[in-house]
Amino acid sequence: MLTLTYPRPIWAHGVPAGGKLAALALATIGLFALESAAELAIAALGAAGLTASGGRGFARAALRPLWILWPFVAIVAAWHIWLRDPAGAAIILRMVSAVALANFVTMTTRLTEMIGVIEWLLRPFARALPAPRIALAMALTIRFIPVMLLRADDLAQAWRARSPAAPRFRILPALTLAALDDATRVAEALRARGGVD
Amino acid sequence: MEKSVTQIALFAALIAILGLIPKIDLISGVPITAQSLGVMLCGTVLGAKRGALAVVLFLVLVAAGLPLLSGGRGGLGVFASPSVGYLIGFPIAALVAGWVVQTWRTGVGLAAFAGAALGGVVVLNIIGVVGMSVMLGKSLPEAALLAAPFLLGDSIKAVLAGLITQSIAKMRPDALLSRG
Repeated sequence: MLTLTYPRPIWAHGVPAGGKLAALALATIGLFALESAAELAIAALGAAGLTASGGRGFARAALRPLWILWPFVAIVAAWHIWLRDPAGAAIILRMVSAVALANFVTMTTRLTEMIGVIEWLLRPFARALPAPRIALAMALTIRFIPVMLLRADDLAQAWRARSPAAPRFRILPALTLAALDDATRVAEALRARGGVD
Repeated sequence: MEKSVTQIALFAALIAILGLIPKIDLISGVPITAQSLGVMLCGTVLGAKRGALAVVLFLVLVAAGLPLLSGGRGGLGVFASPSVGYLIGFPIAALVAGWVVQTWRTGVGLAAFAGAALGGVVVLNIIGVVGMSVMLGKSLPEAALLAAPFLLGDSIKAVLAGLITQSIAKMRPDALLSRG
């Protein structure tokens, strides 16, 4: 499956994942501490510079996920222009910078490194949530997403072979049931091979 | 033990594919994603604890950089966006939905609908609206206006969650963990 990591490494891919995540946490707290639009504009320029440092292709790929913010930007802008309240600029700059910085970390960190950090963070809870069990659950989920997508497609085709109407939600009970049945079978297979501790 | 791990993992995958399948438009003409329906089903089928864990696992994979949210969104950015409240609310919604099905000893379909409505519509939207109000610097009623257009779709999903859970209860009476 495709991840959101940018495939061609830039300089930030070499920075350890834990460091990037800690810096992101601090930067996000900082963004929410800033109040004035001028300070936030400088922060937004910093985020833009960071994104641009990856080259043109990287910057273009980084802009795409920011598009999900446009309804919020439009609503806040319309609202504050209508009220003639300049605070809207600060809200928009903070929102876009925070999301851009977070996307930068996601785009420059491989899935395995990110999962390594998650396992490190979960280490204090090792008694309740042992790392091998969590790793197994994550691997199972990642593996079963394409399997279940294929199954959903099969179910939809089986429906279309029998009915002129679109399948819509009618395949969902079968899909949910398949997830339950698969879970039973995979659990039996795991137990037969020594089980999970 | 193996079974709870595989159920949590496979229901996390179920949430993901309900967000990825564009072909299922629940009611024609109303573009609503089935992702939060998956969250409701985690609670009503797996019960409060396992359901919430399945949703947490799904969110961990999203945060790790998999584009599993509806519309192919994912990564850390979505946790910094104004809709972060809905993501935080997802596991709580599954927890509440599962808790209702486990405690209210009425018909499975009705209990699952009530759980999905309370958890996946009421609680989820309250947390989501608080999140938007904080992230957008708006008052709670103003943020609630932004959520209002989605309430109809959410209610339809709660009905579907009730119906699907009921049919699961008929087909696999012993598999419904929320009524173990």
